[in-house]
Amino acid sequence: MVENTLNVGSITEGIVLDHIQAGRSMDIYKYLKLDKLDYCVAIIKNAKSNKMGKKDILKIECPIDYIDLDILGFFDHNITVNIIKDHKIIDKKRSSLPKKITNMIRCKNPRCITSIEQGLDHVFVLTDPKREIYRCKYCEGKYERH
Amino acid sequence: MRHLMSPLDFSVEELNQLLDLANDIEANPEKYAHACEGKKLATLFYEPSTRTRLSHEAAMLNLGGSVLGFSNADSSSAAKGESVADTIRMASCYADICALRHPKEGAAMVAAQNASIPVINAGDGGHQHPTQTLTDLLTIRSLKGRLDHMTIGLCGDLKFGRTVHSLIHALVRYPGLQFILISPEELRLPGYMRKDVLDRGGFPYKEVVRLEDALPHLDILYMTRVQKERFFNEDDYVRMKDFYILDAKKMKLARPDMLVLHPLPRVNEIAVEVDSDPRAAYFRQVQYGVYVRMALILTLLEIKV
Repeated sequence: MVENTLNVGSITEGIVLDHIQAGRSMDIYKYLKLDKLDYCVAIIKNAKSNKMGKKDILKIECPIDYIDLDILGFFDHNITVNIIKDHKIIDKKRSSLPKKITNMIRCKNPRCITSIEQGLDHVFVLTDPKREIYRCKYCEGKYERH
Repeated sequence: MRHLMSPLDFSVEELNQLLDLANDIEANPEKYAHACEGKKLATLFYEPSTRTRLSHEAAMLNLGGSVLGFSNADSSSAAKGESVADTIRMASCYADICALRHPKEGAAMVAAQNASIPVINAGDGGHQHPTQTLTDLLTIRSLKGRLDHMTIGLCGDLKFGRTVHSLIHALVRYPGLQFILISPEELRLPGYMRKDVLDRGGFPYKEVVRLEDALPHLDILYMTRVQKERFFNEDDYVRMKDFYILDAKKMKLARPDMLVLHPLPRVNEIAVEVDSDPRAAYFRQVQYGVYVRMALILTLLEIKV
């Protein structure tokens, strides 16, 4: 056995999210609502990476169309999405910025109608892909990441 | 079915048609006196307004239609906690078209999403006020003969002033305009308006604090009131409210053909002595507001005369 190496077995069918910024896998786990998923999920933190130094990886054993991955690009568009079938990678893609995000983030503008209207979705629209700017569909307030 | 949420909902061509229709209504009011007979306008006003509500109502009455509605949230089901979505579904059963004012930004869009009648955004918080913008555009075009190649000064509360934001959005579609933004530091035009609208469109603009520095260069001076309801802090409001006062002395610095516009109500920012100056166009602007809302109602109801 090699010291400091942890082996996680391959999956038969599912999704492997690679090149997640180290320490962010639990955020992604939460946003993809993987806690509600009745499938096998492996969270690998601080794996060695030639490119990134260290990275996180998520392995999700589930039918490949089971998870809405569009949201991923909003959090980190460097994540690589590997689609696995019969133990093989059948597709590999970079996550891209979603055009619209619904109920993943909330509008913080106290003057926005979303602050009082019952049952209203919080919808953010990508208004500037170059600068990765999202604005509330209703008040056009900019989403501040930090 | 169309709604009016923002002044940009109309293309420049559609806007020209709307303004042409408004000018035809101005010239031939009797031709349109029965155009909306049997039609009802619901005015759903969740916050106080005199001009905008009366202007919409006058517009519908001038067209031979009738009006119903409420003029503050306390006298509506909103006081009982009814959502905007439910209120508009209800109003859709009573009226053919609706004008909605609400203190929250984006409220009109929620209404439009749930309405089965055309919705006119009559002001949603500090966000948009498109019918005021249509009024402003009609006033400028009617009195100046054009909407392009001008220097436009916007003065006062440029941060929360929705009329200013809407007007800039609408004007940047015309060539040859430059802007002078006149405001105290605390009430500057928001960064996204400067960067995303003015910079991106390549429109030259200057930011100045003193009104006197801008006046000699302007074709249009658009004054605004510092609105108490936009401030969370009373002290900030008190400090800002009398920052600008346009008086006869300052008007001497302006060009002889400059026009003074104001969405009204004015408080102290334009001295009463300016009213008699032929360059004061703000009461003519009110009249144009009725014509353009008449044109808008006809357009949204798809009524041809």
